[in-house]
Amino acid sequence: MDIAQDTQTPEKGQGIGAYLARHLREYGLLFALIAIMAFFQIVTNGTLLKPVNVTNLLLQNSYIVIMALGMLIVIVAGHIDLSVGSVMGFVGALAAVMIVEFDQSTGVTIATCILAGGLIGAAQGYWIAYWKIPSFIVTLAGMLVFRGASLWLLEGQSLGPFPREFQMIANGFVPDIFPAAFGEGIAELLGQRRVNVLALGAGLIAAALILSLELKKRAQNRAYGMEVEPNGFFWARVGIIAFALVFILFKLSTFRGLPNVLITMGILTILYAFFTERTVTGRRIYALGGNEKAAKLSGVKTERLTFLAFVNMGVLAAIAGMVFAARLNSATPKAGFALELDVIAAVFIGGASMSGGVGKIVGAVVGAFLMGVLNNGMSILGIGIDYQQMIKGLVLLAAVIFDVYNKSKQA
Amino acid sequence: MSALLEMRGITKEFPGVKALDQVDLTVDSGEILALVGENGAGKSTLMKVLSGVYPAGSYDGEIHYDGELAQFANIADSEAKGIIIIHQELALVPLLSIAENIFLGNERAKGGVINWRETDRRTVELLKKVGLSEAPGTLIDKLGVGKQQLVEIAKALSKEVRLLILDEPTAALSEADSQALLDLMLELKAQGVTQIIISHKLNEVRRVADKITVIRDGTSVSSMDARAEKVSEDRIVRDMVGRDMAQRYPARERRSGDELLTVRDWNVFHPLHADRQVIENVNLSVRAGEVVGIAGLMGAGRTELAMSLFGRAYGQKISGTVEMRGQPVDVSTVSRAIDAGLAYVTEDRKALGLILDETIQRNITLSNLEEVSRGQVLQEAAETQVADKYRKALNIRTPGVFQRVVNLSGGNQQKVVLSKWLFAGPEVLILDEPTRGIDVGAKFEIYGIINDLSAQGKGVLMISSEMPELLGMCDRIYVMNEGAFVGELTAKDASQEAIMSLIVTD
Repeated sequence: MDIAQDTQTPEKGQGIGAYLARHLREYGLLFALIAIMAFFQIVTNGTLLKPVNVTNLLLQNSYIVIMALGMLIVIVAGHIDLSVGSVMGFVGALAAVMIVEFDQSTGVTIATCILAGGLIGAAQGYWIAYWKIPSFIVTLAGMLVFRGASLWLLEGQSLGPFPREFQMIANGFVPDIFPAAFGEGIAELLGQRRVNVLALGAGLIAAALILSLELKKRAQNRAYGMEVEPNGFFWARVGIIAFALVFILFKLSTFRGLPNVLITMGILTILYAFFTERTVTGRRIYALGGNEKAAKLSGVKTERLTFLAFVNMGVLAAIAGMVFAARLNSATPKAGFALELDVIAAVFIGGASMSGGVGKIVGAVVGAFLMGVLNNGMSILGIGIDYQQMIKGLVLLAAVIFDVYNKSKQA
Repeated sequence: MSALLEMRGITKEFPGVKALDQVDLTVDSGEILALVGENGAGKSTLMKVLSGVYPAGSYDGEIHYDGELAQFANIADSEAKGIIIIHQELALVPLLSIAENIFLGNERAKGGVINWRETDRRTVELLKKVGLSEAPGTLIDKLGVGKQQLVEIAKALSKEVRLLILDEPTAALSEADSQALLDLMLELKAQGVTQIIISHKLNEVRRVADKITVIRDGTSVSSMDARAEKVSEDRIVRDMVGRDMAQRYPARERRSGDELLTVRDWNVFHPLHADRQVIENVNLSVRAGEVVGIAGLMGAGRTELAMSLFGRAYGQKISGTVEMRGQPVDVSTVSRAIDAGLAYVTEDRKALGLILDETIQRNITLSNLEEVSRGQVLQEAAETQVADKYRKALNIRTPGVFQRVVNLSGGNQQKVVLSKWLFAGPEVLILDEPTRGIDVGAKFEIYGIINDLSAQGKGVLMISSEMPELLGMCDRIYVMNEGAFVGELTAKDASQEAIMSLIVTD
């Protein structure tokens, strides 16, 4: 995935140093993630990247990543959504009530929850898009309303457990489709106890796919006279990403294989990256956030897009809510509390602009994992929640200051 | 009578433009001077030099005020000497009271604590002076524009004004309010306040002015004493517009085909004040290959007309019909207007025309993304080709189409906006001030583009405040004033005098 996609600027200088200076932000995020992972890998004596912990890391952050996809679109459109934590908790509670108290099937529950998320998003988006009420206010109200609504639904109690099918949303793993003997053979070869061939194969295929996509893009950029990365950079960047993918999936393969959530998260990420970068509607959202009046005068239906951005956010919050509830195997009134802040932080760390029009899906996902690794690493070290909060706050501030500094330097 | 203010040989240059060239201006104590001239003649620049917006040293020439050489470093300096400007856009805070506004920045206070009794007492006094009977605590929001204007004057009087400058004070006022304001000016004169009024309305100028100074193209053309004998409007108009028209406009074969755009009985009301009619009963038509101008002063309602036609982007309670090639069309939203074959190139390209942080390519394709996509999926190769085609055709001077438009010059930015609308494939283009803020060379290129459009059989409706531009480019010119069309001139009959006199005698 192209974390460091070129945004071309007029040629200001030659050489690797000048190139790096112009694209510091894009590489900065990737390097920061690698540096933080390396740091915690060392200070935790290798616990961070143990297969079981890598699996945990993915599961723990899945709902943040899923919501960050929708939040990125909301923020690019020039708005904010403070209600997602509450909406997520509410939908989890709704799922629990439907399944545990009313004995509904998993399929019906999932469908109803997604619909509920969409309706909640529509209810908020309506006021924001068509009545021009600031999204900060509307979603602040939504945050209170749905926090209260989940308390009411659950009558202040935790509700569970869920049946196995529902738990599978978060805790399930994709079964290996290859014969067991095949896996054992590879395991012996790699000196491991066991290897999930599907997971390892997926890693290799993903790495190959990224390599070919990046090569194609590079050739295209060159053909249109866009600035291309220096050779060394290109291979280093693509190499690191490909290696990281294979490495992580190899780790997973020696544990329980591919988590279902990883598939959901991966597919959603690819879909949304494609949507924002390659579709007409995606492009219009950037135009809307960049200059709403100009976009409107260019025929962009700005109100409808704003409305849909919030509907989409509601749907993703509902999916995240179900993942969260399934992972804990119960719905609690506290679920999703203050989570909106983590989601928003992830999007801004990922390089989105508060004023709209700027930001990338991949950036938001990397931002979410950066926060996730920080959380996880500090927890392994036994650092108290007090210090964790402070450090996370400072990381967010540093990332945004870095952005602003970079921008002022370019101007 | 002695001169209170004497400006000698004022010259002010901006990069590439000489805004003022050896301007002289003299105002005697206790008189009212009228400063007249076309939009862009340099009136506002001159007043900014006087008030210290452009500090001493940033211009050439000398200002003598009250018998001594004045060198103002900022507005506070000139205000301390009693020179106060009331700008066309009022500088009042809508949600503060009259009293709070009058003493904003000049509070009646001791140790940071405001003395409200003193404030209210002084406000009542000042309001009486300007003839406004409102309570000091009334919010500005609740007042009409005429009364707001009076509050501005009261504010000026609170600062012991000696030279009061009013920039187009009656532009937004009704007839009755205008008369009241002019009366007040005469009363202030009787009290010894020297005043300068900038105005386009010659009947008003003739009513209050003791002296009339005309500036044109940044130089002072004439100064007439209006006390000795009435100055004729013809004389003023001739001085305002009398420049020779060099070959500044590329030649075009004039021909016109079928009627493309027809607008009938177009009425529009103000978006916030539902009872204020902004456009009254406008009828217009544009034929294929025709370039039609709309002349008028700032605030005449030209932009409002254009934007209300283009997908109701302005106004409310809009009524009237729009036809393309004789068929009624729906222009109720911007995308429907685009589908009907209209395009609107805004006068404010930075705020309304461009996504500044995006690339040239992404700006050009924005209003017609369907053309460069398959289904919903953008075809980047096709998009780049399109953008590159327009970059070459319109001579946008950049190495490629991936530069962000924020870094481009005004002329190049305007070409990007034009490219966007050409790519949308309209039949009629409404160009609102298409050459504002761009240099002479780029202007000529834009005129060439307009001529090309006409040759392709498109209709062009062109709004411009530069009359020579309209005369040089248009086949036909509608003259607009205060929201209505007050006349229509063919290229043959049109002259700056003819247009001006239609406006000023309305």
